[in-house]
Amino acid sequence: MAQPATQLTATEAMIAELQMPDTGWSKAARADALGRLRAMGLPERRDEYWKYTRPDTLIAPVAPKAAVFDNDEKPLFDDVDRLKIVFVDGVFDADASDDLTGEGLTIERLATATSDLHWARDFYGMLETNGQTPVARPLAALNTAFATDGVLIHVTGVVSRPVSLIYRHLSESSDAILHHCIKMEPGSELTVLENGPAAARFNKVMEVDVADSATFHHVRTQGRDHERRAATHIFARLGAESLFKSFTLTVNGVLTRNECVIELTGDDASAHVAGACVGDGVFHHDDTVFVTHDAVNCESRQVFKKVLRNGAVGVFQGKILVKAGAQKTDGYQISQSLLLDEDSQFLAKPELEIYADDVACSHGSTSGAIDEDALFYLRARGITKAEATNLLTLSFLAEAVEEIASEEMRDEINSRVAAWLERHRS
Amino acid sequence: MLSIKNLNVKLEEEDKIILKGVDLEVEAGKVHAIMGPNGSGKSTLSYVLSGKGGYEVTGGSAELEGKDLLEMEPEDRAAAGLFLAFQYPVEIPGVGNMTFLRTAVNAQRKSRGEEEMSAAEFLKVVRAKAKDLKIDADMLKRPVNMGFSGGEKKRNEILQMAMLEPKMCILDETDSGLDVDAMKLVADGVNALRSEGRAFLVITHYQRLLDHIKPDVVHIMADGRIVKTGGPELALEVENNGYADILAEVA
Repeated sequence: MAQPATQLTATEAMIAELQMPDTGWSKAARADALGRLRAMGLPERRDEYWKYTRPDTLIAPVAPKAAVFDNDEKPLFDDVDRLKIVFVDGVFDADASDDLTGEGLTIERLATATSDLHWARDFYGMLETNGQTPVARPLAALNTAFATDGVLIHVTGVVSRPVSLIYRHLSESSDAILHHCIKMEPGSELTVLENGPAAARFNKVMEVDVADSATFHHVRTQGRDHERRAATHIFARLGAESLFKSFTLTVNGVLTRNECVIELTGDDASAHVAGACVGDGVFHHDDTVFVTHDAVNCESRQVFKKVLRNGAVGVFQGKILVKAGAQKTDGYQISQSLLLDEDSQFLAKPELEIYADDVACSHGSTSGAIDEDALFYLRARGITKAEATNLLTLSFLAEAVEEIASEEMRDEINSRVAAWLERHRS
Repeated sequence: MLSIKNLNVKLEEEDKIILKGVDLEVEAGKVHAIMGPNGSGKSTLSYVLSGKGGYEVTGGSAELEGKDLLEMEPEDRAAAGLFLAFQYPVEIPGVGNMTFLRTAVNAQRKSRGEEEMSAAEFLKVVRAKAKDLKIDADMLKRPVNMGFSGGEKKRNEILQMAMLEPKMCILDETDSGLDVDAMKLVADGVNALRSEGRAFLVITHYQRLLDHIKPDVVHIMADGRIVKTGGPELALEVENNGYADILAEVA
């Protein structure tokens, strides 16, 4: 494929800065990914898929610096019994991590799983490759080629203790690339938690294969370091009667692009992906979601809510593609912004593409301010204007937060947002 | 308790005058009722007193125990002891009724320099008061007014009033949308709160609510003014003859 000279140069300039790790079995997949990356080129402003988000800083050969935020908050999920895996600026921290063993699953690290017969050999990069059509996702191909570490989780049973990936950010110039593979056997269950700012610049891919009747829960928060940048991808494939639920809370961060690519391939499967973000000032948050229905009687929900103030920008690009034969599809998509002033901006591109004739798909997108009637109602009960505004902001985010299955985690997410709102009172 | 003198109010965005010199004195321990035809300015009066935006006071005054209400923010009026039971209570998704109640109670306490109520104490009090109003645990747990019937919303207003223990309670057409049983329940809730130190201003179209909440004084409002004041018999006169006679008489 012929690429314009500038794009080629940008792609090669970035590749020149990176080193492909030598991890035996993943060599072929990495070489393949590099080939695909070179063929598609890194994103640039002219790309339709990057119309609302400038990729410049994500594709700069050297990551722009990001100050480390002095965080005195209680660590997230502190009260949850979980298996902790810690990465500091993208580097595994064995001392801070738990033993990578648990009932019903095996966990290995991408950097150290060297066996040539590894299950991940045919898995690593596979869902990412599938997710490159119909829309190219070059940063994900770059990740597959150059990821330095990550976890390879094989789930064979019902795992009650969540796996918690903790990303610490200590160096203001760190540039981290992590790639996780999660393979869920039929009937298995797993919850994955992710939190932390990770690095000055973070490129992360998570591939999740949810086999028939398996259940995958994912709760993620993207930390509050103001200057950090992140480009993340989730690629999920769902088998029959499986359930996939992913929720992300994003607070601060100068630039975040979260892509989620879901393919429902087995009948009666259900995929929910939700996001809540709160941004104040220099904040650009992009949720790009692509859900493909390729089986009968599946349900999907996309629920994205953004609270924006002081010039913060929110982007939503969400698509539901219903393939021919995917009858009885129930697709739902909502993207909404709460603009707390007139300087903030929300850009939404909801899309439906349907090739089956017996489906129910709905989508909606709104931008609005705080409801004056509700505000007066709360104030008339003695609640101050600031506190009432916070309550109504939490109320606005509720539909997204309610996608989290665990009540304990929902409460924790809500209290995080409440604390953020306290700190960011006008 | 509540002292309104020559209150003149227009809509902020239009040149429409709604209140044209309202005079009203409500004493502590008394129940006053305001009746009047549609568009007479009854609801506007309740909104202006509680501080809703969109109105401009062009003259006159309104004081609660000598404090100038019109200068205060809505939340400060509430903390000073004013309460408005809304005609149309607002639905607030995602905020639990209990959270809302506790936030309100503690916000008012804080504003008055009192200690906040502990979670356990709050729970105990709210459960007892909810029971009297036949508000079950599910209604307390659900988001504020979400999925509540008309009657449930009005009972929820009275529960808020019971929890906040205001000095001056304004009930804006609390009877609208209520069946007989629900009206009785709401009226019982209000009557239980009647006391020496508390006053009520009950705004209604119909006399029937006043069968249950017996007023001491009845005012008739028309065209932005209080045109007639009398005892409970005035409400009966309205019930029997409509407003036309009274309006003709004062015209």
